[in-house]
Amino acid sequence: MFNSETAAIRFGTGLSPVLEPPVDVAQMMATLLDKDQSALRFPVKKYGDFSQEFRDLTKVSRAYNKARKNGDIAQERALRKQRAAARRKIARQGSQDIENELVRGVTAQDGFRERLVWFWADHFTAHLKTGYGRTLTSSYIEEAIRPHVTGDFSDLLKSAALHPVMLRYLDQVRSIGPNSVLGQKNAKRGLNENLAREILELHTLGVDGSYAQADVREFARLLTGHNVKPNGLPTFVKRQAEPGDKRILDRRYAGSDSNQRATQTFLDDLSANPDTARHIAYKLAVHFVSDHPDPHLVAHIAQAFERSGGALMSVYGALLEHPAAWDAVDEKAKQPFELIVSSLRALGVTAYPQSEKNPRRRNILLYGPLILMGQPFRLPPGPDGWPEAIEDWITPQGLAARIQWVMTVPEVLVQGQLPDPREFVQTALGTRASERLRFAASAAESRREGVGLILSSPEFQRR
Amino acid sequence: MTTALSRRGFLLRSGALGCSLAASPLITPMTFAAAPWENRLVVILLRGGMDGLDVVQPYGAPEFDTYRGGLIESNRAGERDLDGYFALHRKLDKLRPLWDSGELSFAHAVSTPYRDKRSHFDGQDLLEAGTGEVSGYSRSADGWLNRLMQSQDVPFDLRTAFAVGREELSILSGPAEVSNWAPNTVLPISPTTERLMEVVYHDDPLFRESIKEAIELAGEISPTDLNFDESDDMMRTMVQSVNKGQKSKSHVQLAKFTAQQLKAETRIAAFSIGGWDSHNKQTNTIGKPLENLGDVLLTLKRDLGPVWDKTAIIAMTEFGRTVRINGSGGTDHGTGGAMIFAGGAIRGGKVFTQWPGLAQDQLYQERDLMPTEDVRTYAGATIQGLFGIDQRTIESVIFPGLDMSARPKVTL
Repeated sequence: MFNSETAAIRFGTGLSPVLEPPVDVAQMMATLLDKDQSALRFPVKKYGDFSQEFRDLTKVSRAYNKARKNGDIAQERALRKQRAAARRKIARQGSQDIENELVRGVTAQDGFRERLVWFWADHFTAHLKTGYGRTLTSSYIEEAIRPHVTGDFSDLLKSAALHPVMLRYLDQVRSIGPNSVLGQKNAKRGLNENLAREILELHTLGVDGSYAQADVREFARLLTGHNVKPNGLPTFVKRQAEPGDKRILDRRYAGSDSNQRATQTFLDDLSANPDTARHIAYKLAVHFVSDHPDPHLVAHIAQAFERSGGALMSVYGALLEHPAAWDAVDEKAKQPFELIVSSLRALGVTAYPQSEKNPRRRNILLYGPLILMGQPFRLPPGPDGWPEAIEDWITPQGLAARIQWVMTVPEVLVQGQLPDPREFVQTALGTRASERLRFAASAAESRREGVGLILSSPEFQRR
Repeated sequence: MTTALSRRGFLLRSGALGCSLAASPLITPMTFAAAPWENRLVVILLRGGMDGLDVVQPYGAPEFDTYRGGLIESNRAGERDLDGYFALHRKLDKLRPLWDSGELSFAHAVSTPYRDKRSHFDGQDLLEAGTGEVSGYSRSADGWLNRLMQSQDVPFDLRTAFAVGREELSILSGPAEVSNWAPNTVLPISPTTERLMEVVYHDDPLFRESIKEAIELAGEISPTDLNFDESDDMMRTMVQSVNKGQKSKSHVQLAKFTAQQLKAETRIAAFSIGGWDSHNKQTNTIGKPLENLGDVLLTLKRDLGPVWDKTAIIAMTEFGRTVRINGSGGTDHGTGGAMIFAGGAIRGGKVFTQWPGLAQDQLYQERDLMPTEDVRTYAGATIQGLFGIDQRTIESVIFPGLDMSARPKVTL
């Protein structure tokens, strides 16, 4: 059953010498219900707050394309520089978000909230595909996901699945109703099913859910009209919206109603579907507990999801109250970002050092190593997010990169103040530290290597 | 799933981690059978869209000079001539000996089935997936090299297939286990720490076997001048590892490492060379990646030694580029392009092509080189020739939907 160390390690961001681990499930739930302190203390700019930057970029890009078309070489060169500057401005702001995301996890009173945000950000994987846009994932998560992780699943779904970043990521912006005003004018453009399929397969019902290709098609028809303005903000374009009835999962949508309103209704219906409850329950159990979770645990969470109508607090409560969530061994590997956060937390870091706040250092200390470890920051390889299986992470390449990071970077980020390994093994792992590890920690040739060994250990790498 | 992560075979995919694995004979790599084939295949992905019309210039086409005013090769009918119609870009001059000795050839006017949207992202996905169409479905699927392995009922060694570099290589991703290592990965641990790490990992088979493999791979290229007591030295390894990916000579490292593996158990390897997206001032921008490609091929030849004769190298890209030069002296995303073959096992000295011509009405959408053949046909013919894989498997499993009936003979 409940145990403070497991609460901090498996459901939080790790043990800390300065922050107390949770004392019971009730306290974990109460902290989660309370204000989101980390978001207030370490702000991350929301996606919508970039609209001025997007507008500036669009303006200069248009002028550049025009100059290029006209063959005005001097003008073109000047505008290319301006466009690069506009892109850099966005990328610079976006890429510094990693510091605050990191420090939130390192200093959080409720590490569980941070872990839930990461879980849902992965569940609703989306990012822009342009170079500068790829740095804005944190701003999408901050806007579309974080505010909803303690609310209802249906609100989270509507917020994430229809967010401009998602509409772009899954090609919704290319989808046009064949019988819409614009579709009639241009026979070459038509439906794109990508978003419709992924909402059903990944975000809600799951690949084993009861839906068919026809439902994907009809849902794609229903989604038409959802688009993104040049300033990056969402819009609904009536001229692209497919008219008429859509029949999805044996129910009729739209008709005389607009696609926009009917989409909201359908997403609510999806949230109430028992397949969605099972799918989400399974994913939570896999992410937090085991790659092969106890079916009773999954059923228990799914039941709470269904009974509460997708109230996420009830869902988390069901996860945390079940003995199987606590009794399993540490079967999962910490993902690389979790490893970085929990390492710094164990070392008692309280802030991101001022001296390391520049793009080059950020690249050397965080972005670059995360790529080497196989987890480029907030850029999963596909819409299905990061792999969960431990064998996908603990590979020769992945482990070598983890060891390289723990042996080099922590010393920089704690600014030389490394603890005595013989004490640190207790701080970082408590009762989880094996006798072998305690011996190795005491036998290491230097503090750096001792601390590195502890952070490299299976006990620390697993959760 | 396509992560750049390796999927090593020494662990069974089973939930029961721990004791059952410790007892498994499979976790000792050396118990695996020897390599299934004698021949070797290297696939180099040229990311960014290589301009086939610039690399292998159809100077015999009457329209070529009007399209390519600023990009015409000198001595194209002389020392840079290939076959009286095509000429090779001067940045590949160093490959001339390979052409002369029949170890280099090209295919022209080829493409993947990808059309019209001309996105790098989709184009590379399709190139690596080897499937017939973009479904608008950006889910990571199996790569065709992985399906090649899945389709063969032969005992694979753990290192039979190797994804080299830290970039994602979805061409190799899928259920069949492949190795992955970035040659610039450094394991900055002293001998003492290495021994202590053995103690720490002793009871956890997954960690124990991973570190063993990592030490073996890193040992081959590990820096010898490290002072493990110096934290500055240690941090330097991190700086180097992170930077090296972008450094100019990293491609030679990839080639050296790949050759090393091919000389041992590896039979299939893949890596990528980027930098082909030459929208601006192409005379400058295409030079670097071409030099890199030349270095890579020559490094492979030199380091492979006698194994070179059993090796076929295919270099392929996601799409060609526009026939006309754009306003900034470059070319934009197009359709038909070229692919490159090298190695002792290929039929060299030829430009394979069903040449479509360059007249306005012979172009694709009046702007791109018309693709007349599928790159997959050439890749299929190569693996058929190298590994003796039957045509039906290639057409139904490895490249589903491909019709190979008119395939060229690209291997010896």
